[in-house]
Amino acid sequence: MSEHILEIHHLSKTFGSHAVLKDIDFIVDKGDVTTIIGSSGSGKSTLLRCINLLETLTTGEILFHGQDVTGRKMNPSSYRAKVGMVFQSFNLFNNLTVLANCMIGQQKVLKVQKEEARKRALYYLSKVGMAPYINARPDQISGGQKQRVAIARALAMEPEVLLFDEPTSALDPEMVGEVLDVMKSLAEKDHMTMLVVTHEMSFAREVSNRVLYMADGLIEEEGPPEKIFTNPDNQKTRDFLRRILQG
Amino acid sequence: MIAQLFSDISGLWAKYSTVYLTGILNTLILAITATLIGCVIGFFCGILQTIPYGPKDNIIKKILLKLVRILIRVYVEVFRGTPMILQAVFIYYGMPYFFGVSFKNIWTVSIIVVSINTGAYMAESVRGGIMSIDPGQFEGAKAIGMNHWQTMLYIVLPQTLRNIMPQIGNNYIINVKDTSVMFIIGFSDFFAVHKMVSGAVFKYFPSAFMEMGGYLCLTLAASFLLRRLEKKLAGKSNYELVNEDQLVMAAGTYSYPAESGSPFDEINKDYKGEGQ
Repeated sequence: MSEHILEIHHLSKTFGSHAVLKDIDFIVDKGDVTTIIGSSGSGKSTLLRCINLLETLTTGEILFHGQDVTGRKMNPSSYRAKVGMVFQSFNLFNNLTVLANCMIGQQKVLKVQKEEARKRALYYLSKVGMAPYINARPDQISGGQKQRVAIARALAMEPEVLLFDEPTSALDPEMVGEVLDVMKSLAEKDHMTMLVVTHEMSFAREVSNRVLYMADGLIEEEGPPEKIFTNPDNQKTRDFLRRILQG
Repeated sequence: MIAQLFSDISGLWAKYSTVYLTGILNTLILAITATLIGCVIGFFCGILQTIPYGPKDNIIKKILLKLVRILIRVYVEVFRGTPMILQAVFIYYGMPYFFGVSFKNIWTVSIIVVSINTGAYMAESVRGGIMSIDPGQFEGAKAIGMNHWQTMLYIVLPQTLRNIMPQIGNNYIINVKDTSVMFIIGFSDFFAVHKMVSGAVFKYFPSAFMEMGGYLCLTLAASFLLRRLEKKLAGKSNYELVNEDQLVMAAGTYSYPAESGSPFDEINKDYKGEGQ
């Protein structure tokens, strides 16, 4: 029996009268690399932000190992510590060095000792190839480097799931590769459970084992990448892929 | 004329130098203490005012937070909107009037009045400073599981502090000058010395001239030191790359729970040559 890490049931989110997400249902199993694709404004990022409780849900529930995380009993902080998030705009802490960025969460949230936190931070920074830059501050490194540090920061918390919110959209084209390589290695070598919102179709196709296509706040189609990219059932998926792959 | 002025000043200095210096010292101690306490009050109010609450929080928390915000609002408006000289009178004479407690020590009242006054201004500066921090910083901290206090203490306030350093400097300089109104309740600061000395020897202008020079020196020194502090808070402008082999050795002693390979993986090699 495979273990459901995350279950999303009937999730909806409205901003005022505008429904961004309508009745979303899906399950994330251990080791899944799920990519979420779709046009801008289809609700992909909002969905990810809802999963990390950065937005409050309008209706529905999110189960983490079968436990409802939106209820009052669950402490959102301890849940978030187990679900890492990588943002489009990096959101590295500007007042801290690269190393401190990767240590602070461990020390303050997980209560890891300083020496251990340092080791762990160095381990993950080496993993993303950023170890030589431990003394730099975020405003002194490039976008691609920032994003790799942000990934290391999330990994240092040793989360069970990593959420990526368009991790390469804010990068110069030549830096996209270095970030995707790191993500690819996480998926293939570390078997990290990942949920990736992206416009990088090649990543979705080669690395993920499941693709969700979203349009207008609904999951229109879901399936393995081979199926979605070569022979989608839904007309909307077909139109979207034609637009994006030709453009 | 000028010769006359200088001879008057040197006469005053010869006779009253210790009194003037004590006045300066008192002014400095009061201004520094009150600015520091005011900052603490300001930061405290700033954090309290920005605790987020949503529709899903329980009713008591919502009412409590609402109440806190109203109280801080009232505090800021009252102490920012009335003259400090009157606040001093109110507290110094009002306490015995209403509660029968009188202050034995003039220092206590003076520090309380100036601190509370500074706090009212600082509360607004801190609120503004917090609002100017990129929301992404809050989200980044939330996403790794930090709660509001941790986010504030380790991420937001250090950045806020740096941003509002000029404001703190402003407040300090204002305090150096404005503590002079404390003479109304008998605090013997630098300005009170002037009143006393000039009253005794009728050398109003020479004494005032010295006072002007003295205050200007105090504030100029403060400006200079604050600039230095700002620069220090901005951090180093460059960084050194660290030899990766050493780091990998250190990190290698960390045992990752899963069978995910070591830091000596290919991915590491890929980026090795990249350091600029």
